[in-house]
Amino acid sequence: MTNKIALNLVDVEKRFGETEIIRGVNLAVKRGERHAVIGPNGAGKSTVFNLISGYYPLTGGKIELNSQEINGLEPFQINRLGLCRSFQVTNLFAKMSVFENVRCALLWSEGYKYSFWHLMVRQKKLNKKAEEIIEQLNMSHRSKIPVGELSYAEQRTLEIGITVAGGADVILLDEPTAGMSKSETEQAVELMKFVSEGKTLIVVEHDMGVVFDLADRISVLVYGKIIATDTPDNIRNNKAVQEAYLGEEEEV
Amino acid sequence: MVKRYSVWIAAPVLLIVLPQIFDSGFAITMMSEMCIAIIFALSYNMLLGQGGMLSFGHAVFYGFGGFISIHAINLVTDDIIVIPLELIPLVGGIAGFFFAILLGYISTKKAGTTFALISLGLVELVVACVLLFPSFFGGEEGVSGDRMLDYSITGIGFGKGVEVFYLIAFWLMVATALMYLQTQTPLGRMANAVRDNPERTPFVGYNIHLVRFFQFALSGFFAGIAGGLLAINYEIVNSEMIGALASGHVLLMTYIGGVGHFFGPILGAVLYTFLHLTLVNITMAGQLYLGVLFIIIILWAPNGMAGILMVHQPVWRAGLFKELLPTYLMALGAGLVTFFGALILVEVNYHLSLSIEPDKPMQLFGVEFLANSWPPWLFSIALMAAGYFMLRPIIRKIGLKWDELTQVMQGGK
Ligand SMILES: Nc1ncnc2c1ncn2[C@@H]1O[C@H](COP(=O)(O)OP(=O)(O)O)[C@@H](O)[C@H]1O
Ligand SMILES: [Mg+2]
Repeated sequence: MTNKIALNLVDVEKRFGETEIIRGVNLAVKRGERHAVIGPNGAGKSTVFNLISGYYPLTGGKIELNSQEINGLEPFQINRLGLCRSFQVTNLFAKMSVFENVRCALLWSEGYKYSFWHLMVRQKKLNKKAEEIIEQLNMSHRSKIPVGELSYAEQRTLEIGITVAGGADVILLDEPTAGMSKSETEQAVELMKFVSEGKTLIVVEHDMGVVFDLADRISVLVYGKIIATDTPDNIRNNKAVQEAYLGEEEEV
Repeated sequence: MVKRYSVWIAAPVLLIVLPQIFDSGFAITMMSEMCIAIIFALSYNMLLGQGGMLSFGHAVFYGFGGFISIHAINLVTDDIIVIPLELIPLVGGIAGFFFAILLGYISTKKAGTTFALISLGLVELVVACVLLFPSFFGGEEGVSGDRMLDYSITGIGFGKGVEVFYLIAFWLMVATALMYLQTQTPLGRMANAVRDNPERTPFVGYNIHLVRFFQFALSGFFAGIAGGLLAINYEIVNSEMIGALASGHVLLMTYIGGVGHFFGPILGAVLYTFLHLTLVNITMAGQLYLGVLFIIIILWAPNGMAGILMVHQPVWRAGLFKELLPTYLMALGAGLVTFFGALILVEVNYHLSLSIEPDKPMQLFGVEFLANSWPPWLFSIALMAAGYFMLRPIIRKIGLKWDELTQVMQGGK
């Protein structure tokens, strides 16, 4: 039973000084599931991602990845155990080209470690894989361009690309479509579906169209607590959720 | 393809030919020192340019490379160990590597200010050790040796300066090629990644502390090679080589050359060594001029000489450089006028405060005058003012010309 759970959060708490931001989050995401996390701004969604990925230490509770406790591990250790994450604010290697960004994201998973005896140009398999990923991102024509010169939507796409490049099987995406136009969002959703094929996806998303299109289940985070986790239909009809979140959204 | 490799063919040819043309003792000494400085500066840029680590103590590894090398030379002289002189720089490199591993693990835990401050602390620590262990560091006079060993791979005696130059040049080529190749490896690239975005790097699976640490250790290796070569070149190593001043020199030459491009430190090391060796002989204010050059670079050309060159590459390719040349020559002229004004003021003041007989006439460019009379002061201030007022419109003109050229080049695309 438990090995069907890819990611398990138990009574997770986070305090910054005196203020308690995450107040006991329980969440079990099944393997292969596409799970959306929604909630108002400042609810603590990004903070939850930061806790899962090891960016912040927990102040209480525990987190299990594939039944292994990961709280207390360093971000790079958690990444090597097969969990990757993107950032809400684009976070790339700005001075490098698109190709270099993707290749850097591949190096560890391809087993190069800290090698200073492999010449990158000679690594056929590595370079081919990087090119393939860039093709999947629809960015082959932009491969050599420094990422600082990309458009916003391209940067967001690459953000997803370097997150999933390493092949981790639990993928956390933080507001991947924020700020995108309608057509860009559609492309991003297709990309998300493609890269999460056969994997576990957890995505923070504000666009309800995307959420209901993508998610198998939805969790609603309000003031550092998950008030409901259920299928999209049930969430839509959930009274507490409507009051706390969806209703508010419609009024706006 | 030919173009890509041409520099690796041209450089050795140049290194072989140069000492045949410039064959005076002073020239050979200067070129040897330039080559050593290039290796040292490139190794420093493995930290600063590639890894974003600003170190104030890189000479520690240079110095240990030097001391261990000179001791190795003495051990060979005493028939205790057998190492041909050609391989002594490798001993220096291993020493630098060893000490970089020993001291680097802690200092690379953090980047930024913490790293810089720890590097400064390490210098203090090592300088204290110089006093504590006089048998190893040789106290104030240092440790000397005799490079004419009985063992040699090539059969060269290394009695002459030019023979030593060729040995240094050989190691320069080897070290430069290796350091260049290292930038093309996974570790080299991840060092860039950690420099650009240490926040993201752990999320692609890398421990940023270890990336910095390994980069640091390799950089110590190449600094040690440079130190070993210096030991061979001068046959004496003293505490000057390991201290804060030597660390300052390598920082200055690397910055002046440019940290953003692989070849930057090469330019910087050549220019800096040239200026250092010539200015120090001509004027007491030599270090001051180098300092001013450094400040000018930091303020107006933060990517150094290499950055200035690279900015002009597209203009050059488009065949438009001749458009810029007249304004550049004007700027150069006006700049020289300003500089001469400042130079007179500096030299007059150095003469007044540092010379033994300040009231006696001083000489500058063959002209004799009294430092404490008013004409040189007036002349100097007039020159500076004139230069300044000439420079201002010229610089504006250069800006306009650049805008124009940028438009032409974009239109041409
Ligand atoms: N490092 C931090 N220090 C202090 N407060 C923080 C920190 N990170 C987040 N917070 C606070 O936690 C709350 C939740 O933030 P966040 O997780 O970014 O919300 P969401 O992603 O749901 O919009 C906010 O009030 C924010 O100010
Ligand atoms: Mg957020």
